[in-house]
Amino acid sequence: MVRSFPHPPHQGLRRPPPPAEPARPAGEGEPHRRMSPAATVAVAAGLVIALAVSVVAAIGIGSALIPPAETARYLWAALTGGTITADEVTTYQIIWQVRAPRVLLAAIVGAGLSVVGVAVQAMVRNALADPFVLGVSSGASVGAVTVSVFGVFTAFGVYAMSVGAFAGALLASVLVFAAAQGRTGLTPLRLVLTGVAVSFALQAVMSVIIYLAPDGEATGMVLYWTMGSFGAATWGSLPVVAAAVLLGTVVLRRHGRALDVMALGDEVSTSLGVDGARIRTRLFVLTSLLTGAMVAVSGAIGFVGLVMPHLVRLVVGAGHTRVLTIAPPVGAIFMVWVDLLSRTLVAPRELPVGVITALVGVPVFVILIRRKGYLFGGR
Amino acid sequence: MEVRMDGISVSRSGRELVRDLSLEVGSGQVVGLIGPNGSGKTTALRCVYRALKPTVGTVWLGGEDLATLPLRRSARSVAALTQEDGTDLDFTVEEIVALGRTPHLRGNQALSARERELCRGAMARLGVLHLAGRSVLTLSGGERRRVLAARMLVQEPQVLVLDEPTNHLDMRHQLDLLSLLRESGLTVLVTLHDLNLASAVCDRLGVLSRGELVASGTPAEVLTPRLIRDVFGVTASVVPHPLTGDPQLLYSLSSSADEKEPCP
Repeated sequence: MVRSFPHPPHQGLRRPPPPAEPARPAGEGEPHRRMSPAATVAVAAGLVIALAVSVVAAIGIGSALIPPAETARYLWAALTGGTITADEVTTYQIIWQVRAPRVLLAAIVGAGLSVVGVAVQAMVRNALADPFVLGVSSGASVGAVTVSVFGVFTAFGVYAMSVGAFAGALLASVLVFAAAQGRTGLTPLRLVLTGVAVSFALQAVMSVIIYLAPDGEATGMVLYWTMGSFGAATWGSLPVVAAAVLLGTVVLRRHGRALDVMALGDEVSTSLGVDGARIRTRLFVLTSLLTGAMVAVSGAIGFVGLVMPHLVRLVVGAGHTRVLTIAPPVGAIFMVWVDLLSRTLVAPRELPVGVITALVGVPVFVILIRRKGYLFGGR
Repeated sequence: MEVRMDGISVSRSGRELVRDLSLEVGSGQVVGLIGPNGSGKTTALRCVYRALKPTVGTVWLGGEDLATLPLRRSARSVAALTQEDGTDLDFTVEEIVALGRTPHLRGNQALSARERELCRGAMARLGVLHLAGRSVLTLSGGERRRVLAARMLVQEPQVLVLDEPTNHLDMRHQLDLLSLLRESGLTVLVTLHDLNLASAVCDRLGVLSRGELVASGTPAEVLTPRLIRDVFGVTASVVPHPLTGDPQLLYSLSSSADEKEPCP
């Protein structure tokens, strides 16, 4: 349609703009938290070395204290089929059969929980979300307990526990999401409140199942499944969870940019060509799988998935590809030392891992809620 | 690239938010949607950037049914500046702007040198280059709006869809942004509350009331005292702009039409 006004019609909007704001070099006076890809890889490599050192140190520390060099020698002998003398057998057993799988499991689960926390926080756009807060871990616990008490899923053999935990985790995810879904979609506030409520309900269900169990180990079992422990680690328990964490990390990291976009909300995702709803569904199955695999071998450990993402973002910024590169080794190192504390603080007894992660995590949770500018469910 | 809404209706939980809306935005035209709060402007826009699927009807994008296009492909042609856009994560301004390249990139593929230059150019154009390294959480509402406008340009679209783009902006930045829309040569569909700005920037206006298109045409055809009274419930005088001739509305504070019925 031709306009009936004399041209040029938009003079009023074409006046030369007033002097522009003083041009300062990009980011002057601002902390530049963006790391280059090379720097990120370098930091990750440094962290992996720190992790290796932590693992060897943690394997050496315990009721029988073994110096790191000694520990390394035993580990080397075990890995290369070297020889040890007869009076070294006891120490070797402690190192190779008891402590090594335990410390490695702590590292794997620490990495996995951090990765899942990063992904879930982006997917549900909530800084307070992690599988524990959302009730997914409790769901996995219920699944695992059901397997161990009632002996279901026996068709899956040694993987029955993992399958049960995964099924429980998935069921809890679906439950929380269905309950939190409103007419206008998910709101962050409703999601967290629903998750906490579902998590309490599932813990109650789990306690009932355990008290119905015939043997008298109820207290220990409740503690194990609600607070977590690496005390049950064996070499046999490692492969499934290691594979799940590795695969999960790789897949989630490949979704780095998609997670960046999803953190901006579904409206924006769509306009940038990212189908938020579809990717969220897919990644929720993945994170449930990961959570199930971890809970099956270590119980439900809280707050790691909540705290580690924030810690890592403080250092490397919010970009998910970077965060998902740095978070796994950081989480692994953290968990190795947490596990060490859990078994040495009140030795010869053990504290549940969740006690220590809660001591670290709860203050962080409170700080996040109180943080200025954090719009708790404000959207 | 032209956009055509063809008899679209949107129902949500039994309520029709938009009813049988047909509107065409010709290639390179700037078309404004105006109407009171809750008249369905945002809903209509959401159908174009695909946050919403019309219950009935079709949105055509350059002759193709939008619903049949992959999201990535339509996102290369249509960019949106929406009302709700924010995050709790402290991305830098630079990172947020770079996300505009998402529909053009595979997975985590890094930006090319040309694309990084494109981002710098867009930030400079919107006057936010000096904020590049800042966290978006520390920006004012107006600064954030300009950052998002830069992200929209970086998308290199052919169609811009903007929902109240002048919100939070000071006068100068309002005029800057609207001039940019005009000069871009892109097909633009925009909602505006400020009818005088709408009159100055738009080639055509569509007026929505209770989900229905009640008038459309050039600003001069549409912005009449009668329509303003019927649709907005406000008495206004319409005068030509002394420089441009665009119709401009003058209100007085006690100009609510309800109290003054009947109007001459």
